[in-house]
Amino acid sequence: MKINCDIDVKHLTRVEGHGNIRIRIKNGQVQEARWEVVETPRFFEAILVNKNWENAPILCGRICGICSIGHTLASIRAIENGFGIECSNQTRDLRLLLKHFETLQSHVLHLYFLVAPDFLNTGSVLPLIKSNPDEIQRAARLKLLANDGADLIGGRRLHPTRTVVGGFTMLPEKAKLELLRRRLVSSVADLSQTAELFRTFIIPDFIRETEFVSLQEENSYPFIGGNLLSSDGVRKKEEQYREMTNEYLVERSTSKWSRLSRQTMAVGALARINNNFKNLQPQARKLAETFGLTPVCHNPFMNNIAQLVECLHVVIDSIMLIDRLLDTAWTEPRQKVTPRAGSGIAAVEVPRGILYHAYEFDQTGRILKADCVIPTSQNNGNIHHDIVELAEQCANSGRSDQEIQLLAEMLVRAYDPCISCSVH
Amino acid sequence: MTTKRSFLGVPIPRPKVAFFEFSSCEGCQLQLLNNEATLLDFLSLLDIVSFREAMTERSDDYEIAFVEGSITRSDDVKRLEKIRENAKVLVAFGSCACFGGVNQLKNRFNDLDWVKAEVYGTHPIETQEVTPLAAHVTVDLEIYGCPVNKEEVERVVTNLVLGKAINHPRYPVCMECKANENICLFDLGEPCLGPITRAGCDAWCTKNRMGCWGCRGPADDANVGQLKKIMIDHNFPKERILDRLECFGGFSKYIADF
Repeated sequence: MKINCDIDVKHLTRVEGHGNIRIRIKNGQVQEARWEVVETPRFFEAILVNKNWENAPILCGRICGICSIGHTLASIRAIENGFGIECSNQTRDLRLLLKHFETLQSHVLHLYFLVAPDFLNTGSVLPLIKSNPDEIQRAARLKLLANDGADLIGGRRLHPTRTVVGGFTMLPEKAKLELLRRRLVSSVADLSQTAELFRTFIIPDFIRETEFVSLQEENSYPFIGGNLLSSDGVRKKEEQYREMTNEYLVERSTSKWSRLSRQTMAVGALARINNNFKNLQPQARKLAETFGLTPVCHNPFMNNIAQLVECLHVVIDSIMLIDRLLDTAWTEPRQKVTPRAGSGIAAVEVPRGILYHAYEFDQTGRILKADCVIPTSQNNGNIHHDIVELAEQCANSGRSDQEIQLLAEMLVRAYDPCISCSVH
Repeated sequence: MTTKRSFLGVPIPRPKVAFFEFSSCEGCQLQLLNNEATLLDFLSLLDIVSFREAMTERSDDYEIAFVEGSITRSDDVKRLEKIRENAKVLVAFGSCACFGGVNQLKNRFNDLDWVKAEVYGTHPIETQEVTPLAAHVTVDLEIYGCPVNKEEVERVVTNLVLGKAINHPRYPVCMECKANENICLFDLGEPCLGPITRAGCDAWCTKNRMGCWGCRGPADDANVGQLKKIMIDHNFPKERILDRLECFGGFSKYIADF
């Protein structure tokens, strides 16, 4: 069967930032297939040079509006690692709780507002307000819970105000944490109904063998710090991040790309689950199994399901964290910071994968060099090669341009790319 | 999708609205989807015809354009001019659009080639000095903040739709902070731009005990000289004051005085 196809998506919609998809097939032969990142760079790594350490978390949070909590925490942790500051368990628990709310907020936004319209045959969430009011109310409820939680711990849902090097400027009221706990408990029902909704969606059957990279911890599902692990068996320490990311530049992309053992690699919810399945909360693991999501899953569309599973994981983990916080007497929120010369590196799992911040300081804490490696920049190469493979698979399928375009768009959306982040 | 609505017998228009973004973190657009309790009511005020981050449909037929982000490339200028041509009202949305935001910090390096080389080596990437929207087109309305405050956005947009006057507070964040009965951050040993930054955020940062970084730009008649004196009286080095003044771009005309 001969087919021709000409797809030119300029500025893909329902993703964060500016990216293009180009697919051209002639007589069943793929002539062109690519993912292009055309976002304008902001040069954060240069902006940080000569700035005092105190500026870094404030500025770096502004790399992204969606994962600003993750950027702020990565920046803070890199500074703390550089200055040799050990945080209290209380600070660690509160930071993880704050991160969980960011994960929940981001995943819910992606699943309901960006992904669901494709499966429900609309161009956006707006018509669903009338046609699927229950789903939209549920999405709003979950998102509100996540945002309220982020407000309570971090002071603000995006570009947090209470998070500082050494701890927090102030602590949440315990009574409000208790209230949040109750809302978390009742959100489990909302998540199980979300799972039922996603069970009605037909996830495209597309496989491309991929190397998955994530953080790894001994006994817990990783979010802040840990070792670096790839599904192909590469293991590195946090400070060896450059050997894991190997950033390089490509034509037609303002974002850098990454590779490890193969041509490309992937990070994100699917990578985390593939590499850390046994450390998911048991209920979340069970949910993954009902969707046939067990390691190693090589279908990038399943990243949507991986995000759903992580929503349940973070909700259950948050309840346990709050219980632990409420059971202990609280200490001072913040410790003193004394700058010193040297370098500091931090790896944090943000919704879209591992985020690295690394700084070099002089003895007064002035930044001499900054490096930020963003999850979507690690994924961009993988997205591109998935598009190439998808075009190959569609070349003789007899599918219409419209069908191929939707599939290609859904494939990119499944990665939930944060394109502005990836060019920072 | 336009439906006839009225309030006390007065017809309420439902304007066609589009959202656009230039160099930014897109956080201000994300804020539009927050405030879940009032989100659906807010959305029903507007007929959204373009919002790339949230919808596939797009149209050039709109009355109000909300534009986020700063201008950093020549193709940005062309796109912005096109938006200006189409829109009756152009709103600069957030600090990047109003002042250049944190992105304008790269302008402090005189050598743009060094900036490019620091991040991309010899790989050619186009960039130019960061500018706010008003450097290229007429801006009808500014909504300040990094990020914008959704309650304020709702108030401003409602007034815009109803044709009511939009007045930003003329007084500084310090007033709102005092009204919130917060401990003064200077007493806690933190620098703060609250005394000179335009209010309207309800002291968002300072009530969380983070000193103000001036993301909303200067209040009317901001007494920057007096702030400098307060900072020096509290033994903050000049560099810390400058870091804050230059952070979001709103105070750029005062930097030379330091």
